Amino acid sequence: MVSHAPDIRHASRLTLPAGWTPYLAGAGIGVLSWIVFGVVNMPIGITTALSQLAGGVAIPILGADAVASNSYWAKNPFILDYGTVFLGGTLLGAFASALISRRFAFESVPTVWSDRFGPSIAKRYAAAFLGGIVAMFGARLAGGCTSGHGISGGLQLALSSWVFLVVMFASGIAMARLMFRPVQRSSRRMS
Amino acid sequence: MIIIAIGLTLLAFGVLFGFAFGWLLHRGRVTDYNVIVNQFLLRDFTVLKVMLSAIVVGGIGVLLLQRAGLTSYHIKDANLLGVAIGACLFGIGMVVYGYCPGTGLAAIGTGSLHALVGAVGMIVGAVLYALSFDWIQANILPIWALGKVRLPDLTGIPDAAWFLALTIMAIALFAVIEHRSRTGSQRSDAR
Repeated sequence: MVSHAPDIRHASRLTLPAGWTPYLAGAGIGVLSWIVFGVVNMPIGITTALSQLAGGVAIPILGADAVASNSYWAKNPFILDYGTVFLGGTLLGAFASALISRRFAFESVPTVWSDRFGPSIAKRYAAAFLGGIVAMFGARLAGGCTSGHGISGGLQLALSSWVFLVVMFASGIAMARLMFRPVQRSSRRMS
Repeated sequence: MIIIAIGLTLLAFGVLFGFAFGWLLHRGRVTDYNVIVNQFLLRDFTVLKVMLSAIVVGGIGVLLLQRAGLTSYHIKDANLLGVAIGACLFGIGMVVYGYCPGTGLAAIGTGSLHALVGAVGMIVGAVLYALSFDWIQANILPIWALGKVRLPDLTGIPDAAWFLALTIMAIALFAVIEHRSRTGSQRSDAR
């Protein structure tokens, strides 16, 4: 379980870099956007590259021909490019930050989940897996995720991205209400 | 030779920018499942603070760069039916997974094993999308397709006014959130 910062404000004073407030981190992502737009002339995004990787994963399962002839993977081929290495960088950056701030910790069942659904690892993994499928399918259908649409598209004032932001938050809030509504002792089925 | 050098430089930038992105996501605490789910339960507004700060700061800078001819906009198509359904699915999936694609990858770096399981789900979701792409392209994407529209084009309200309004809105919202977390419910950081 992640054992950090019960109170962010105190943490930010005590452990210098570990407690950057969300505002500073957000502004930092904004400044990073300037640099990324300026240097490589591309917006920050995740799921296009993740689709490219999925094409690579699909080759041994569906066969190379099926992947090669797929119209979506023809547009988003499985290659090592700027976008796909960006994914590795994102993982590494968070890893480095967690190590340096001593907040690296293995976690299988987070507290908000276990408070509601109990300590079962299998249950949490099943939900994470299914949620990942739905989130990714939705992101590709919408044309982007919280990074590509939400932040990069939002900051470009794209109509599609603002529609995405509003619908995504509304749907997420409704889903969270449904899933985490208070229940009596008798544990009910999830979702 | 030159082409290879440019390619390698681009890859290096991909790792570097991805690294910075992952670092900032962790610093902003949005690699934490509890923080994300509590946002959708309206108990913790970290996600909104990060995203709005990034949009306002990033948007103003990218606008200036674009006006100076140093970058160009990359607007996603407003296939509004696809965006609406996709965003709806995304909100549901994000709450069940507990991460979005970018924060999920970053969370793997911080030791979240369920984020890793969900990332496998995301790959499956991407495969399913690629397999259904032809049908979706024929039947969903053309509906309410407005093209690469920006809010200033759609409304006739200039960029500067949008960002002024967004900045004021963000500051007012942040003030309300901070005020409420200081006075009202002390369990705003409840996990």
